[in-house]
Formats: sequence, structure tokens, C-alpha cells
Amino acid sequence: MANTATVDELGHSPEVRGKNYLNQTAGVWSWLTTVDHKRIGIMYLVSVLVGFGLGGIFALLVRLELLTAKKTIMDASQYNQAFTLHGAAMVFLFIIPSIPASLGNFFLPLMIGAKDVAFPRLNLLSLYLYWIGAIFMLAAIVTGGVDTGWTFYVPYASGVSTTSVISATFGVFVMGFSSILTGLNFIVTLHKLRAPGMSWYRMPLFLWSLYATSIIQVLATPVLGITLLLLIFERAFHIGIFDPTLGGDPVLFQHFFWFYSHPAVYIMILPGMGVATEILATNARRRVFGYKAIAFSSVAIALVSFLVWGHHMFVSGQSELSSAIFSFLTFFVAIPSGVKMFNWLGTLWGGSIRFTVPMLYGIAFLFLFAIGGLTGLFLGMLSVDLHLHDTYFVVAHFHYVMMGSTAIAFFGGLHHWWPKMTGKMYDEKLARVGFALTFIGFNWTFFTQFILGTRGMPRRYYNYLDQFQPLHAFSTYGSWVLGTGFLITFICLARSLKTGAPAPADPWGGATLEWKTASPPITENFEKAPIVTLDAYERPAEETA
Amino acid sequence: MSAKAEALGGVEESKLSPQFHVAHHFDKADTQFDAGRMGVWLFLVTEILLFGGLFCAFAIFRSKYFPSFVEAHHHLDRVMGGINTIVLISSSFTMALAVRSAQKNEKKKTTILLAITLACAAMFLVVKYFEYSHKIHDGLLPGGNFTAADFASGHPGIFFAIYFMMTGIHGVHVVIGMGLILWILLRNQKNEFSSRYYAPVENVGLYWHLVDLVWIYLFPLLYLVG
Repeated sequence: MANTATVDELGHSPEVRGKNYLNQTAGVWSWLTTVDHKRIGIMYLVSVLVGFGLGGIFALLVRLELLTAKKTIMDASQYNQAFTLHGAAMVFLFIIPSIPASLGNFFLPLMIGAKDVAFPRLNLLSLYLYWIGAIFMLAAIVTGGVDTGWTFYVPYASGVSTTSVISATFGVFVMGFSSILTGLNFIVTLHKLRAPGMSWYRMPLFLWSLYATSIIQVLATPVLGITLLLLIFERAFHIGIFDPTLGGDPVLFQHFFWFYSHPAVYIMILPGMGVATEILATNARRRVFGYKAIAFSSVAIALVSFLVWGHHMFVSGQSELSSAIFSFLTFFVAIPSGVKMFNWLGTLWGGSIRFTVPMLYGIAFLFLFAIGGLTGLFLGMLSVDLHLHDTYFVVAHFHYVMMGSTAIAFFGGLHHWWPKMTGKMYDEKLARVGFALTFIGFNWTFFTQFILGTRGMPRRYYNYLDQFQPLHAFSTYGSWVLGTGFLITFICLARSLKTGAPAPADPWGGATLEWKTASPPITENFEKAPIVTLDAYERPAEETA
Repeated sequence: MSAKAEALGGVEESKLSPQFHVAHHFDKADTQFDAGRMGVWLFLVTEILLFGGLFCAFAIFRSKYFPSFVEAHHHLDRVMGGINTIVLISSSFTMALAVRSAQKNEKKKTTILLAITLACAAMFLVVKYFEYSHKIHDGLLPGGNFTAADFASGHPGIFFAIYFMMTGIHGVHVVIGMGLILWILLRNQKNEFSSRYYAPVENVGLYWHLVDLVWIYLFPLLYLVG
């Protein structure tokens, strides 16, 4: 044991004490040229929150427009642009990069005891590609908007729409590269840079979920890339791959698009599952029940995700046999998802649960993911889907999965790791208020839409029959509560940067490696590479005794 | 020879000296080497999937417009395509030799081999230029720019759309590859590589083999299969 006069309880010598990744060097330039995964993670965090704000504003506008059955604040084409930009910003700017690129970048190396990701400069390049893609998307908004829906369906997107489709799709194409490179970087990092003793089965489960996510990013995103290139060329030169009037096949676009975008749904949800696992394990103060089952179910979800894209096309005219097969395969995803659900509950069972703010988000995740996942089964069932196809039921379902589950997990993770990232504690009370309004507002807004959907309200419609008006208005009121909840959460976190109390190294009593270094961490994460002797989530004997 | 040394191309691990820069976050040189190689392989997987979408589109439209595809593929120049295939396979061979000579500290030989590879790549593009200008002259451009009138079957433009997309994206890869080979060549001139450190040469080599491999599939698919 080293002398305590020269080394503090974290093993930091006097030379590094008081220094961290935030104050090591100063100035904007030092941030823009950094190769430190923690700084890159923070820059991603700020970027995806801006994307979230942008998508959120469009969401509130869309909901406001739907307050009345006829025109409320915008005309039909503006409405098409508003919901397209809401979808595109939320999916591509926020939810796909949200957890992997921000929290993942920050914590993946910390959790395996590495100094950085395998390719730090490539990591910075990913961030710049994300920014370049975002600029193209913003340019599309400024130069006439996009009104195709975030799916860019042909032939509307390739020949009919007069808006800035090329700029938007090129932006998504560039962001796809960013996603691929981040995934590639993570896979290599997890394979090559684990600290001594950190075997695969000792890794925190968040990392297994990021590993599964990265596999999907690397294997699915290139197909989206070529699809968007074909779309761009189709629009520019009328080449006839997708446009039926030129001999092309619009259903081929749907196959290509969903071959990426269905796995992309799991790019969105898997990291959320990982974050939830960390929160539940830390705050139930137990080792995760069924560690390997959760780890392998992540990988299983990643693999099955490639086989189910056809369930987006039940009514596209594909053969009934194909539809039946895709329906059958779709149900398979429920198995690993159910395994996870039961293991989370098993982890909570008999745990000494503390209801910290992250834990509230973690439990909300379980609740909302259960609803989102189970309603997915309704839609996977052929006969039921024929009724529910393209109704608000679908809208409510995917909002429960993407926003209710992933975004809630993201904000839970943000609270969970905020002290580690910033070195500041936030105001618990205010954070609870923010959480409560978010949770209530979310269910208020979107549970209403399940009812709208079963009654036949089609999605994407600008005007609607008067009979739907009360429910639409009710949903819109919920969106205001939801917006207020996020605003309070944002204020709470921003305020903590100024007035928050200094965070200890381990505010929640976590068992994973990132809590074994200072808050905020020093530039190279650990002064000496940690040697891992405990299993995942195992606490040292003196702590558990 | 140990298995590890075999994986390192015949170089014993102990010979990987600390003379070159090992980035701060790697514990030792061969971890860095392995990580780099794994990264390149993963990247190549994404490249194959990128082209995979086009191969998929080709297969679908070929079955949909079979007569048109048969008719259109006769407009491609088999001789030029064949020459390019030979040129590219040769360049892949010299690239492989260049990696080997870099491993064996034969700097001059490496330079010559990389220069030949570069020349072959340039020759490929020159042949491609003649092919393209011939197509453009005949009005065989894809889609809205397709002006050739003497086709018996419908939708010949789709064949050329896929042809130009596939060969065009492949051509971009050739150009990028030339840049990379040139970069390796200049670094080799500066004595940066040795039996202890040749990872960039090998990684660029892997990329170049993929460029060659894609063409080996493109050539029969577009030029030969009728």
C-alpha cells in the first residue's frame, strides 16, 4: 500500500490531484482539436441536446397544429415540413447518436479501465462528420425545408417533392459515416484495450449493449448509405432505380431503407437498455440477476434485428408468405427483450432499493418499455396490423420505445453520470420535479394516441374528422406538460454547473470502474491502469459485509 | 516460429522495438498493430455491404428486365474491361509484394513495387476514361440523360444507371487508393518503415486488395454475364 501522504484514496499522486480533463488545457481550440474521448463525449452531448431541442420545438409545433381539426397555426405544407424535421432531427441528430456517442464515448474506456478508445483521432473525425451532416440538414431546413417524412419514401422524395431533399439526405449519408466509425472504434476498443483482468464476462452490461449496438452500426449503416446515394442520384438524374414511371421499384427502396432502419431501431433502444441496467444494478445495490442472459440477449437482439425489416411492409404488396415469415421472425425479438425484462425485475427483487433521481428514470424505463414492447406485438401480428397500420397507434408505439424508453434511459444516464462528468451534484428536488412532469406529460401525450389509433386516426394527417378533436386536444395539453418537464430538467442540470456542490468520486456507491476515479476524471482516466479482480457488479468483501 | 510471430507476418514480437511511436493509450506495440488491423478489416466489411446494396439492385433489375440487361451488356467493351481486370490483379500482386518487402527492410524494392502499383492504378483509370467517354458519346448515360435510340427492349437506362453507379463508386475507391499508396510511398522514402513497423503499408494493402476484389466481381457481372 502506498503512503497516504503522497497518494490519495484513489491512488492519485500530488502531480495529478486537482487536474482533470476539463481544466487540463483551456480554450476553444484545445476542445476542437482534442483526442480525449471524454471531451469528445461532452461535445457530442451538447450537440445531441441541441438536436433534441430542435426536434422538440418542431414536436410542440406539430402538436399545436393538431389542437384543432382544421388549420391552427400553419398550412398543410408547413405541417409536412414540421413533422418531417421533427422526425429527422430526433432520429438522426438525437436518438441514434445520443447514448453511444455521448455517454458511450465518455464511459466505455473508463469502464474497461482504458486510457482512451482505440482510435482517438478517428473518434474526433466521427464528431466532425456528425457536425457536417447536421449542417447539411440545417441547410435543408433553411433552403426550403423537407416534407417527405423522415423515411424519404420514393417516388415522392425522388421526383415529386420540391423541397431540399438532396441536402437533407446527403446530411444523413454523412452522419451515417460518423455512426459507422464510432461503432468500429468501440468494437476494436472493447476487443483490444480492456484492462488486465477485465474479461468479457466482467464487463459492465452497458458495454455489452454498446458492443451489440456497434455491430448493428457497422453492418446496417452502409446499406442506408448506398440507398441514400441511389436516392440522391435518382433525384438528380432520374435514373429509374426507384421511380416506377422510369421502370424502377419503389418497394425496393422500402426494403433497402428498412434493412437499415429496422436494425437502427435497436441502435436506438439497446444502449438505453444498457444504461437502465447500470442504473438498476447501482441503485438496487445488487449484482445483476442473470448477467450472461442480459449480455447475450443484447447480441441476440442485434442479430435478430437484421431479419425483421419486412414487418414495415405488411401492406406494401409483398407476398403473403413473406409477410407471414416476417411476422413470425418479428416475434422472436420479444424473447431476448422479455429475458431482459425478467432479469431487471429479478435484479430489483430483494434489492435494497434507493429512489435516487436516476433510479426513478430507471423504473420509468421499465414501465414505458413494457408498454412500448408489448404494443409492438400488436403491430407484428398481421391481422391486427392491417387495422392499425399507419394510425396513431403506430405513432404511440414507437414513441413509447424511442422516447419513452431510450430518451428516458438517456436522461436517467445523464443524471446517473452527471456528477462523474461535471464534478457537480444537481438539485435532487428540482430534478425530481423535472422527472415527474416528463413522466406524466409523456404518458398523457402518447397514451392518448393509442386510443386515437385504435379508433382509426391516421398518422401524418394535417386535418382530421371532428370526432378526433377532443383526444387530439388532450394529447396536445400533455405535450406542454412534457415540454415543461424537459425544460425544468435542463434548467436543473445547467444550474448545477454553477451552483452545484462538488461531487465525490462515487456518489451512488457504484460497483463499476468509472466510480474508482476522480469526478471529473483525470485526462488519462486512471493514473495507473487498474487491475480488475472482481466480477461485474461485485463489491469488495469489506463493503458487502 | 510462434503463432504470435506468424500473425505478425513472421516478425518475432521482441523485434517490435520501441523505436517508433506507440500511442499513449496502447500498452505495447503489437496491441496497437492488432487494433489497427482489426479496424481496417471492420472497415472493409462496411465497404462490402455498401457495394452489396448495388449488387442486390443489379440482381433484382436483371431478373425484372432480363432482355434489356442482356442487350445492354453487349454495349460494354469486354476487351477494355479485361485489360483493366489484368491491370488491377497485377497491382494487387505488386501491392502484396510491397508489404512483404517492407517487412523485410527492402526499402528500395518497396518503393519500386509501390510505384508499379500506382502506375497500374493510373492505367486502370485511363482505360476507364476511354470507356466512359465512349459511353457518353453513344448517349448511354443513365436515366434522364439516356439518348441512345436503337434499343429493342425497354428500360436499358437502368442497366447503365447501375453500371455507372457501381463502376463510378469503384473508381472513387481507386482514386482514394492512389492517394493512400502515394502517402505510403512518401513515408517509405522517409525511412519510416521497417520489419519493426510496417502496419500502414499492410493496412493500405488490405484496402487495395478490396478495391481489386470488388472489380473482380464487377467485371463478370457487368461485362461477361449475358
